[in-house]
Amino acid sequence: MSVLLEVKGLTMDFGGLRAVDSVGLEVRQGEIVALIGPNGAGKTTFFNCVTGIYTPTGGDVLVHPPGKKTRRINGLKPNVITTTGMARTFQNIRLFPNMTVLENVMIGRHCRTTTNIIGAVLRGKRTRAQERETIEKSYRLLEKVGLAELAGEFANNLPYGAQRRLEIARAMATDPFLLLLDEPAAGMNPQETHELDALIVRIRNEGNMSILLIEHDMKLVMNISDRIYVMEYGKEIAKGTPQEIRNNPKVIEAYLGEEVHA
Amino acid sequence: MDWAYFVELLCSGLVRGSIYALIALGYTMVYGIIQLINFAHGEIYMIGAFVALIVSGALTIYGFSGVSILVLAALIAAVYAAAYGITLERIAYRPLRGAPRLSPLISAIGASLFLQNYVLLAQTPDFLPFPALIPDFEFMEPIAHIVGSPELVILVVTTLTMIGLTVLIKHTKIGKAMRATQQDMIMARLTGVNVDRVISVTFVIGSVLAAIGGVLVGSYIGQINFYIGFMVGVKAFTAAVLGGIGNIPGAVIGALVLGLTEAFAAGYVSSAYEDVFAFGLLVLILIVRPAGILGKAVKQKV
Amino acid sequence: MQSFKKSVFVALWFMFLTFPLLVVRVNTLKGEVEWRWMNMLWVGIVFFILSYVWRAALERKGQKKANNLDEDGEEILGFRQRLFQDPVIYRKVIAAVLIAAVIFPFVFSSYQINIMVLALIFVVLGLGLNITVGLAGLLDLGYVAFFGIGAYSYALLNTLYGWNFWFCLPIGGLVGALFGVLLGFPILRLRGDYLAIVTLGFGSIAKIVFENWDGLFKGASGIANIERPGFFGLEMSLEQSTIYTYFLMVLMVIFTVFVVNRLKDSRIGRAWMALREDEIACVAMGIDMARTKLSAYAFGAFWAGLAGVIFSARNTYINPNSFTFMESAIVLSIVVLGGMGSIIGVIIAALALILMPEYLRAFADYRMLAFGGIMVLMMIFRPQGLISDVRRKYDLSALQKKKEAKT
Ligand SMILES: Nc1ncnc2c1ncn2[C@@H]1O[C@H](COP(=O)(O)OP(=O)(O)OP(=O)(O)O)[C@@H](O)[C@H]1O
Ligand SMILES: [Mg+2]
Repeated sequence: MSVLLEVKGLTMDFGGLRAVDSVGLEVRQGEIVALIGPNGAGKTTFFNCVTGIYTPTGGDVLVHPPGKKTRRINGLKPNVITTTGMARTFQNIRLFPNMTVLENVMIGRHCRTTTNIIGAVLRGKRTRAQERETIEKSYRLLEKVGLAELAGEFANNLPYGAQRRLEIARAMATDPFLLLLDEPAAGMNPQETHELDALIVRIRNEGNMSILLIEHDMKLVMNISDRIYVMEYGKEIAKGTPQEIRNNPKVIEAYLGEEVHA
Repeated sequence: MDWAYFVELLCSGLVRGSIYALIALGYTMVYGIIQLINFAHGEIYMIGAFVALIVSGALTIYGFSGVSILVLAALIAAVYAAAYGITLERIAYRPLRGAPRLSPLISAIGASLFLQNYVLLAQTPDFLPFPALIPDFEFMEPIAHIVGSPELVILVVTTLTMIGLTVLIKHTKIGKAMRATQQDMIMARLTGVNVDRVISVTFVIGSVLAAIGGVLVGSYIGQINFYIGFMVGVKAFTAAVLGGIGNIPGAVIGALVLGLTEAFAAGYVSSAYEDVFAFGLLVLILIVRPAGILGKAVKQKV
Repeated sequence: MQSFKKSVFVALWFMFLTFPLLVVRVNTLKGEVEWRWMNMLWVGIVFFILSYVWRAALERKGQKKANNLDEDGEEILGFRQRLFQDPVIYRKVIAAVLIAAVIFPFVFSSYQINIMVLALIFVVLGLGLNITVGLAGLLDLGYVAFFGIGAYSYALLNTLYGWNFWFCLPIGGLVGALFGVLLGFPILRLRGDYLAIVTLGFGSIAKIVFENWDGLFKGASGIANIERPGFFGLEMSLEQSTIYTYFLMVLMVIFTVFVVNRLKDSRIGRAWMALREDEIACVAMGIDMARTKLSAYAFGAFWAGLAGVIFSARNTYINPNSFTFMESAIVLSIVVLGGMGSIIGVIIAALALILMPEYLRAFADYRMLAFGGIMVLMMIFRPQGLISDVRRKYDLSALQKKKEAKT
């Protein structure tokens, strides 16, 4: 299996605080990889560095898009990174609240479409075809995450769990090969979490996407992950299969024995 | 090089800068606490000047004289500026806490237009002569051609006010509460700070400083109208941004830099283009240091 | 009783607050003090009543928020949707408006047509600024600078080189757009609030340059003898020319609406809106922020440039006083009142705000006071504007059917 994302020695400082301390991580094609750790461990910061929201202080972030040249993406703008094929969701939901559910997903298509101002005004054949395709693809994604009925609602009127799924659909609309999900199950009830669990696996199996996810819900993590990385205080303290992680004393200590055995 | 001229420009720059500083502090303190550009702050300064003008005019007509007028006019102006400041916050800003950021900003612009035109309609659209409330000191006579008494008073009063403000913020209880609120409003509230009161006090302090500025400028320049607050407000805000918004020493430094830039541009280039230099400087600094001279660049948490 | 006490307190507070400015007037020349006690009485009465209204309004707003579904909004939306989305009614309304617009110049005097042209110019300005502020969420307090740039472009090209109106119209727009990009560059990286001050500065600088560059812009006295819009060299009387300009302006408005409407529901328009809603999410979804911001500035400025050209052709004379912060503020209140992002709202607001003071002379003095008050009240009680932007509903029935067929 080929490696898609390769992070080496990633470090991020905020003033005096080292939020991420030389962390290495790999995601291979077709994998679901989880990044776990206690609150404040630096997981979200890690995502922010990989997706270009922050420029890392040190280390290398390399992407190997399938069929294309390897690229070092440290310090590139987030939109450029998304265009190379990595899309994310946010821990604190960041939808476009006053746009409809469908439009939210359509935004994700922006980097895969080309209509410019003049094209939009003339609305020629190509523009219309592209627009139709955008709508259709977006709608299919909504179906996939189970939000098709709500396509015309404003995003901020959705319940919490639906907003999380909408974020996933929006990220998928950018045609990524790697999807980065930041606590997708946060705030969901057990039923919703269970459905999410199935959804993520389905996305991986059908969508030809690999997944890197941050999650506190150990049941979900243990269920679906192929491999798990564990962070604490910015450092990587363990990595391995769910089975290995479950029995790793360092991890148990970090979590004070809670949850891991769920 | 003509040194006398240079010194004259230097003084006039410092005077301007101190006035900007008095007003910029109001902008910066309010911004520090509620992240709002209080566009109507310049209008508070204008209202302060107007109240002082009316009080001093009435007192003169009723036979008062000398320093008693200056003191009374300044006091009443300060009281009224504070009252307007509090009312402004209550009506135009408080209902908008938590609204999208553009909303309070537009509300502030609306409030500014409203107050300008309120004074225009209630008083007059014309310039009014402002009495020279600041007396000419005898001991200043020898250097009066370079630094006049009003200039001296402005510099001294501004310096004293800054010292007072620093003491207030560093060493009093309310000052501590203000700093706490500035750092983290939610946390401050949780630890028992009455945030509404802190915000009101911030507006009061800012307004009083602006009123002091209004009285000083009025008697220095000698005339005022309803529109004087606008440009001075914009400049003072520019100064606050230059220094790093939310940063109190930054506001003073920004104001002095701006005042000096304008004075020298007016003196050596052309007074018509001084505003061009002021805004040019702003753009330049924002490009080089987006957070301002003393501001710290903070990464937004995502 | 509680609320009565509160209202009395509010009334007293405002009587105190307005006392020096509304009651006392000092005439230093004559040495007289004028006491206008009646004003104090009025303030007391008015604010006593207003405080009741204010509290009731705030309460209602609070309730709506708590219920999280604004019934009133729904109701109006239902009505509006019928109005704007039911094609039959919608077409009838448009037809009626068009007929009224065609008849208008033959019923009213030249003077009134002229005012209408001005109002229509502000419609275009409002629609243009609506792109920058309403759609893309970028505050621009110096918008009038682009208007001035367009106006001066035509004035100069016409008086110096004799270029005609039609040739200069697109040039004015493009020059406006160019300056939009020029302004956009330095402020790309700035935080939202800083935009306010930098754009305001840009507006002031433009006016200062117009005022002081005597060699080019003729300073404060301005440029005169600018050609009116021509029609293939046809000779026209002043009145004919006015009517002609009017129709030209009507076409211009239609053109603007057409273009803005198409853009709004396009890839670009959606990107602008996403930028307004959440910058970080926007870039994370692959949208190039710099490009999107610049295009929003440039495109907004483009309309101001066009409007400027028409403005100088209509006036035949321009000077820097038409391009002050006041004009920017008026256009901004048009956008705010009309509803950010809403085309119809902006048109109605522009007509109302420009025509009202012209026809209600008594109101004219209070115009800016009212604009200021409206901006504050709108933000508090109806931030979406009179007519909130109706998001396009895409017809998904075809897609839904396809799915059913599959399953
Ligand atoms: N923009 C920032 N500026 C300063 N410090 C930051 C910033 N972003 C994150 N931090 C700090 O970095 C550390 C790691 O934060 P991060 O959000 O990455 O944790 P996390 O592992 O995602 O935690 P959680 O499970 O609570 O989401 C924390 O101490 C946090 O306060
Ligand atoms: Mg996190």
